[in-house]
Amino acid sequence: MDLYAALQITWWLLLGVLLIGLATMVGMDMGVGTILRYVGRTDLQRRVALNTIGPHWDGNQVWFVLGGGAVFAAFPLIYATAFSGFYVVMLLLLWSMIMRPLGFEYRSKMSSRAWRETWDWALFVSGFVPMVVFGAAFGNLFLGAPFHFEWNLTSVYTGSFLSLLNPFAILCGLLSVSLSAFMGASMLMLRAEGAIHQRARTLARGASILAVVLFAIGGVWVRSLRGFVLTAAPAPGTAQTPLQQSVDVASGAWLHNFIGHPLLWLVPVLGFAGMLGGHLAATRGRSLWAWWLGATAWAGVIGTAGVALFPFLLPSSAVPAQSLTVWNASSSQMTLSWMLGFALVFVPLIIWYTSWAFYVMRGTVRGEHVASDEHAY
Amino acid sequence: MHDLNVVDLSRLQFALTALYHYLFVPLTLGLSMLLAAMETVYVVTRKPIYRQMTQFWGKLFLINFALGVATGLTMEFEFGTNWSFYSSFVGDIFGAPLAIEGLMAFFMESTFVGLMAFGWERLRPGQHLAVTYLVALGSNLSALWILVANAFMQSPVGAHFNPATMRMELSSLPALIFNHDAQAKFVHTSIAGFVTAAIFVTGVSAFYLLRKRHVDLARRSFRMAALFGVLATIGVITLGDALGFVGAQAQPTKLAAMEALWTTEKAPMPFNLVAFPSQSEQTNHGTLQVPYALSLLVTHSLDGSVPGVDQLEKDAVRRIHDGIPAVTALKTLSANPSDATALQQFKAHEKDLGYGFLLERYAPDVTQATPAQVNQAARDTIPAVAPVFWSFRVMVAMGLAMLAFFVMAVIYTMRNNVQDKRWFLKLAVWMIPVPFLANEAGWLVAELGRQPWTVYEMLPTWMSASTHSLGYMIFSITGFVLLYTVFIVVEMYLMVRAIRTGPGTSPGFGEDARLNPAPEA
Repeated sequence: MDLYAALQITWWLLLGVLLIGLATMVGMDMGVGTILRYVGRTDLQRRVALNTIGPHWDGNQVWFVLGGGAVFAAFPLIYATAFSGFYVVMLLLLWSMIMRPLGFEYRSKMSSRAWRETWDWALFVSGFVPMVVFGAAFGNLFLGAPFHFEWNLTSVYTGSFLSLLNPFAILCGLLSVSLSAFMGASMLMLRAEGAIHQRARTLARGASILAVVLFAIGGVWVRSLRGFVLTAAPAPGTAQTPLQQSVDVASGAWLHNFIGHPLLWLVPVLGFAGMLGGHLAATRGRSLWAWWLGATAWAGVIGTAGVALFPFLLPSSAVPAQSLTVWNASSSQMTLSWMLGFALVFVPLIIWYTSWAFYVMRGTVRGEHVASDEHAY
Repeated sequence: MHDLNVVDLSRLQFALTALYHYLFVPLTLGLSMLLAAMETVYVVTRKPIYRQMTQFWGKLFLINFALGVATGLTMEFEFGTNWSFYSSFVGDIFGAPLAIEGLMAFFMESTFVGLMAFGWERLRPGQHLAVTYLVALGSNLSALWILVANAFMQSPVGAHFNPATMRMELSSLPALIFNHDAQAKFVHTSIAGFVTAAIFVTGVSAFYLLRKRHVDLARRSFRMAALFGVLATIGVITLGDALGFVGAQAQPTKLAAMEALWTTEKAPMPFNLVAFPSQSEQTNHGTLQVPYALSLLVTHSLDGSVPGVDQLEKDAVRRIHDGIPAVTALKTLSANPSDATALQQFKAHEKDLGYGFLLERYAPDVTQATPAQVNQAARDTIPAVAPVFWSFRVMVAMGLAMLAFFVMAVIYTMRNNVQDKRWFLKLAVWMIPVPFLANEAGWLVAELGRQPWTVYEMLPTWMSASTHSLGYMIFSITGFVLLYTVFIVVEMYLMVRAIRTGPGTSPGFGEDARLNPAPEA
């Protein structure tokens, strides 16, 4: 395998790492938003719940921004085609996400009950909607999106907004919400006590079971979905456009990679293990274990999707031959090399100082602290 | 094929969301620096007043920061959602600085901003100071990478077109980063942020001095901001001049629009202080000129001359004719990448491909283009002159006004009698909107002046947009307008409330008791 193809594979893996980082960190904060109204019955309880992630949500959110930037830099055709094709969904995602920073920062700046209730709902929407969209987007990758290219690679999208809300995508969206709720709940178990901790635990146990069920249904469902098979294309690592390949569509083809390389079954197994282990840890009150097992579950779920689709990134249901793959949608060798250099330096640095920030702010958040700290949310 | 109404609406939406985002960014850039300066004084002198200052201005910083972060999310994704062809055409180059911005700058800024707000009791003073510096460094590095990306649109260096992938690709990252336009623009823009923060702090401090509230905090803040402001304003003006010098060479059409220069004149050229440019007649009405000044300003010499619109359009016609074989060869290559004749033809005309694209707007089959269509495309190469001309003058006038203001502010604060100059304090409050308007005007000069290109002389705006329906665009613009209007009302309300409450306690702090009558077991 030549260097360019190796870089393309490396960036495909790094994209997976970024998506897992995004799902784990932003998903956790969004999970707290989603379950905020359930775990916090009084205003003070809600403030405690928000302050468990208060010092971190902003940094965590950068995983989302970086995810966008990394797709742009490493797979520009995906960035261009997916985000414009899924236009209305992207707007719903952006509009709901925009409310989050304001929800955190502005909610407790006024003591009116209506004001705070409004922001609590905003935090719910901005936690729930993006996670549904995130999961549903993955679901739609399995089905393919209705787009094609003109001669100069102008992408034209021919589908409707509603076709993105199909049953399989909704299933994936719910799986994503349940994992996000699990992560949020395990964070609250870790850093809150009393009634919040108890309700978070109940929720974490339920969410992990729901995730297991949804992931299993998804696995069975995929067998009957029409998968894509690359039958002819320029070799990996050659400069190419999506106009030069042929693609077959066949039922069950998304399982070919697993059948061809049985070791890959370990990836979905990792997902199930994370969910079941997370359930057990939540039951036993092992909060930190629950959090890490939840992150493992995310790695398994996102890894499963990546492995099943490989080498496809965004299949086209309109003109399957113009589907986007790791080989035809990536950046040039020079850009991938430079970006790899930057990622190798900065991702470890980011993980290091993020861990330090969590270490500095470690410990249980208590009501009396929140009420007496003028910097608290 | 693109619906040109959709292209116009995409431009409108991008302009609205970017100008809105840009209301919050400069204050973040500058105020983070001022916070670091105030906290440095605190750590060195250990006087509690400086800690109080840092915390108070920090609170206002965070109210502003939240909306900056929120609206920045839109920007990160809007290239993909609304400028799909642009994104795939130059993503290989343009995506890199955006991703590096996330990795190197935005992550640092956002992670440490949490510790800056919540870490007062958990970090030692030196540690907290380091955290504040990292926030300031992060936000300014963030601006650096965004402006490196923007500079590529203005002056595309370090890149080439690859016919095998039908897009532009990176040839040199150092060339992209050390683009002259990026360097001058980064310093000009980030220092403009310092000016914005300095005006904001002097204005709010003046409000307290007028009311005789928090006098000690207000006087010290006023003095620091005034000194910071006078230096920063001198920097902005110097770098603005450098940017004009660099830009004049890189983008002659923008310069012609900024100066409403319809005909090429001999050196020394006069400067149009006031003019009412007419695009259709290609002339100015009601002109007030300063002799020699334009040659001095843009070429830094008396015998320098720059081309006017007449000359630029002639050049454009030539390049459009040269771009026709580039486009036709590229079409052949798209269907058959190994066609050697087409590749040779493409290589010979590659540098004018963008001009061929410009013609495609009027003649979808460029080989059939009429001379009238070529002239139409050539006319397009000149941006809308009046808005660029006037935005530039508004920006410069405001910059000079702020310089005068800061010079006086420094004199009064050094004589220690600013608290007695009530007229000046009132003026200081009224100055608060000025830097914000100047920033927006500067954005308009840079981006309207770049038209008709998204990437100068490479990619026309008309083909850069996503192929959305009109309905989608109306839906998204309506949504943004509604949402953003609500947000700015809320933000302004909280900001004014926090200013009125003043230092000491958070607005809303301590009022929670009635929401939580009895603690739950």
